[in-house]
Amino acid sequence: MTVPVPHRVVRSTAETSDTTTVLLEPEGPGLAPFRPGQFAMMYAFGRGEAPISVSGWEPPGAGGSCGRLVHTVRAVGAVSAALRGLRPGDRVGVRGPYGTGWDLAAAEGCDVLVVAGGLGLAPLRPLVAELVDGPGRFGSCSVLVGARTPADLLYRGTLRTWAASPRVAVATTVDRPGPGWTGDVGVVTALLDRVAFHPPGTAAFVCGPEVMMRATARELVHRGVPAQRIQLSLERTMHCGTGHCGHCQLGPVLLCRDGPVVGWDRAERLLTVREL
Amino acid sequence: MTGTAARTLGLLTDGLDGRLSVPPHEVAFPAGARIFDEGRPADRFWILLTGRVALDIEVPGGPPPVVETLGPGDLLGWSWFFPPHVWHLGAVSVDATRVLEYDAVAVRSLCEQDPALGYRVARAVGAVVGERLKATRIRLLDLYGPRVAGGLGTVGP
Ligand SMILES: Cc1cc2nc3c(=O)[nH]c(=O)nc-3n(C[C@H](O)[C@H](O)[C@H](O)COP(=O)(O)OP(=O)(O)OC[C@H]3O[C@@H](n4cnc5c(N)ncnc54)[C@H](O)[C@@H]3O)c2cc1C
Repeated sequence: MTVPVPHRVVRSTAETSDTTTVLLEPEGPGLAPFRPGQFAMMYAFGRGEAPISVSGWEPPGAGGSCGRLVHTVRAVGAVSAALRGLRPGDRVGVRGPYGTGWDLAAAEGCDVLVVAGGLGLAPLRPLVAELVDGPGRFGSCSVLVGARTPADLLYRGTLRTWAASPRVAVATTVDRPGPGWTGDVGVVTALLDRVAFHPPGTAAFVCGPEVMMRATARELVHRGVPAQRIQLSLERTMHCGTGHCGHCQLGPVLLCRDGPVVGWDRAERLLTVREL
Repeated sequence: MTGTAARTLGLLTDGLDGRLSVPPHEVAFPAGARIFDEGRPADRFWILLTGRVALDIEVPGGPPPVVETLGPGDLLGWSWFFPPHVWHLGAVSVDATRVLEYDAVAVRSLCEQDPALGYRVARAVGAVVGERLKATRIRLLDLYGPRVAGGLGTVGP
């Protein structure tokens, strides 16, 4: 297991009532560069470690190392609450990059669907940034986002920026609208009818609660999107992050090493495993 | 439009075209127009062509909360098909909306006379009701809220 590299918090931004985005700067040489969909093990000193996806980064540092890292953390227990509570100047340990990451190259020439539910937008954000900023190697690109309420939508400013880009179409929906919400209300799969894509030539990237990912993947397959072109991020609990402890074993797969991003052709069977 | 909406549209309209004395016709609603009220007779139905429609439900002491929105290709209204033929929700256009309007009473009576057509229409309407039930069950889980086992959006304080 590698040793955590100390990072200092440069900025912390409240996203919602229980979720904060932090920008971290390495105190010495940074970690190796991350790819979209990979995660870090973040160590809150004195509390413990948790796997947290990279939700962005700032330009690479010298020697090809990763520069500043962006993570979005939702407080659900002791470790994540400590990470969510980080303030500028605080220190945190980070090791990584870990995991498979999204295979965007496999989507070249395809229409691209990005489907996010709740905090699932965090690991997808750097992928969408590549779609928005990168050369036009793809067909139509659509970002579909579901959240509990309008106040629970992550990265609202970024969503507006994406929506203004000619490269991507953005649609959002909530389960519970509040007064003044004029957007969609309903499950995120209903947004599939709001955007244009050619199912046999479509690649999809899906992240959110497992029930949401299953429902989305099944609907996509039903519409004719090939199962192997649907990538999911299976973010079940994990411990070492390096494929040694076996904590995150799901059937034959060690999710920290062979995942978290897995094709639906493999994930469909795995998602029936309840334990973990 | 590539999914349920498109399939529904096909199943419903293929069997009906040319068989109604008042053929389906296009109607436009400006944004914010109430299309029907909960509790009123369900004597028409619509297929959305453009725009969006919000389904809402009466609650005491405030504006009716929206429970779901529909978009292009969606069937607006299924209460017309099942007794007591009364809307169980209200509907209001969110944007300027164009719809194809059908005379539900005439469609019901055609279905009674022609069981093959009735079966087709029942399958189409049943598929829509089934999809909306599935979606409602998923939303019942409050997936993005606190602690349902399994996955990123699920954990909570
Ligand atoms: C690859 C990967 C990427 C992740 N990325 C992020 C991220 O970007 N941002 C973020 O906030 N969280 C992310 N998580 C989840 C995060 O790791 C957990 O919320 C954290 O480990 C919980 O630790 P805790 O001590 O705070 O809570 P605990 O006390 O360990 O758990 C609190 C509650 O949350 C549940 N829980 C814990 N982990 C998970 C999980 N992975 N899935 C579902 N329920 C869980 C527990 O069952 C318990 O009910 C990711 C997880 C994985 C595996």
